[in-house]
Amino acid sequence: MTATIRAIPRNTVSDAAAEAIHIEDLHKTFGTLHVLKGVSLSARDGDVVAVIGSSGSGKSTLLRCINCLESPTSGVIRVNGEEIRLKPDGNGSTVPADRKQIERIRSRLGMVFQSFNLWNHLTLIENVIEVPVSVLGVKRERATAEAEKLLARVGLLEKRDIYPAFLSGGQQQRGAIARALAVQPRVMLFDEPTSALDPELVGEVLAVIAGLAREGRTMILVTHEMKFAREVATHVVFLHEGRLEEEGSPDALFSSPKSERLQQFIRRVG
Amino acid sequence: MTESLLLPLAQTGVFELLAPTPPGWGGNLLRGFINSMGIGMGAFALGLLIGTGGAYGKLYGGAVLRDLLKVYTTLIRAVPELVLVLLIFFAVPDVINRTLDTLGYRPIDVSGLVAGIAALGLVQGAYATEVLRGAILAVPQGQIEAGRAFGMTPTMLMRRITLPAMLPFAIPGLANLWLVATKNTALLAVVGFNELTLETRQAAGATKAYFTFFMAAGVLYLLLTLISNIFIGRVEHWARRGLPPIAESR
Ligand SMILES: Nc1ncnc2c1ncn2[C@@H]1O[C@H](COP(=O)(O)OP(=O)(O)OP(=O)(O)O)[C@@H](O)[C@H]1O
Ligand SMILES: [Mg+2]
Repeated sequence: MTATIRAIPRNTVSDAAAEAIHIEDLHKTFGTLHVLKGVSLSARDGDVVAVIGSSGSGKSTLLRCINCLESPTSGVIRVNGEEIRLKPDGNGSTVPADRKQIERIRSRLGMVFQSFNLWNHLTLIENVIEVPVSVLGVKRERATAEAEKLLARVGLLEKRDIYPAFLSGGQQQRGAIARALAVQPRVMLFDEPTSALDPELVGEVLAVIAGLAREGRTMILVTHEMKFAREVATHVVFLHEGRLEEEGSPDALFSSPKSERLQQFIRRVG
Repeated sequence: MTESLLLPLAQTGVFELLAPTPPGWGGNLLRGFINSMGIGMGAFALGLLIGTGGAYGKLYGGAVLRDLLKVYTTLIRAVPELVLVLLIFFAVPDVINRTLDTLGYRPIDVSGLVAGIAALGLVQGAYATEVLRGAILAVPQGQIEAGRAFGMTPTMLMRRITLPAMLPFAIPGLANLWLVATKNTALLAVVGFNELTLETRQAAGATKAYFTFFMAAGVLYLLLTLISNIFIGRVEHWARRGLPPIAESR
């Protein structure tokens, strides 16, 4: 057998190194419902990309495609320059071609959910060390020391041994942020992190996220908090019915929206 | 007080009858009880294994596997347990030996214990499949999704998240199954396995002290249940540690 020279796989290209997330012509359908209709988006290291848009416009779906919680119907997704390999599933959509690759990529994407989704059977600190210890192979003592720092940072160190069900919503969400930080994420993904919170608890969570933005963390932030998006985002994209209707700097977008739809949207949500 | 209660018992020779060494029959009863416990535990453990696999297969398996599991749970739960026990008790050793034979090995002597555990375990497995399937469905989807989102492999997800998270929902059903398992061992009396009920019947038949021996066996079963209940209560308390306390409803 002669050795065959393989083409260098696309996921090793280095010109996209500074590009944390790259999405190209992403389509997603659920049955006959066409939810994402060709979305392209990119985030460089240190960017805070706020995704806004009305309910049902496809914001969550977009976010969930990045870590393959949903498989895109078509399109290209690169995370830290590595393209997610997809293969046809036989129904006109795709499935991940390489489970190991997906798991590796996911383990460095810190996702924060609207409904917190802390693991109920684990105490707060156990929640935070779970992924470092069982997925990333960090030693338990080291992970615990790290987790304590993170909990201190989100103001929950004294709650370390409490089960999530006994915490307030705001505390749970701050705990969930600590859990996401514990994987030393290259990119953090927030899906409406304050939408499930009582108004008086929103502030404490936003304060934590703003702190992360200030220290230059790369994040994609789906949010309905327009004022907050304007303050922390470096880039804002407006989704409308599965299309990227308008994007730009927060000031440009909020002060002088160009598209009719965005003008309407801003008027409606204030 | 106690004496006045125990005296008539002593006069009727109950203590001689239940003495642990011959001519008393207590030793036989205890041996039967231990056999019953062994079978019950084995069957329950086998049922748990089958049930876990079955629940996962039914929830996440392919179409063929799901259909097969449906046939299994439906058949087992439809046919009376006694019929199944007779069938499996005699069929399982036969199947094993035929397989060994075709593979060119010599037949082995499948012990009553193994055949009994297999028979009752297969029955338990069908019920456990449904108990565990229900419990897994009760786990908030977001918790499983969070595991996936952080890169857990399917087995890690099962071990670290799904199984511990579903436990509080499974325990009442599994506790039922355990108690049923301990008592279903009596079915093995019909195939001549020396479990508690058969030993009791033999002792009673030989001495004609039916009431004494069946009462004694009943007490043993009752003790087992009472002790189990204490243990189950502890396990349930532990499994629910992360769930908010039940609100008082009145
Ligand atoms: N798993 C699914 N199966 C079928 N349809 C889905 C699924 N997930 C989302 N959809 C549909 O896709 C559309 C976009 O949903 P998505 O959750 O992305 O919207 P969103 O912009 O996040 O809305 P919201 O602001 O309410 O969270 C909706 O019409 C929704 O009903
Ligand atoms: Mg959403």
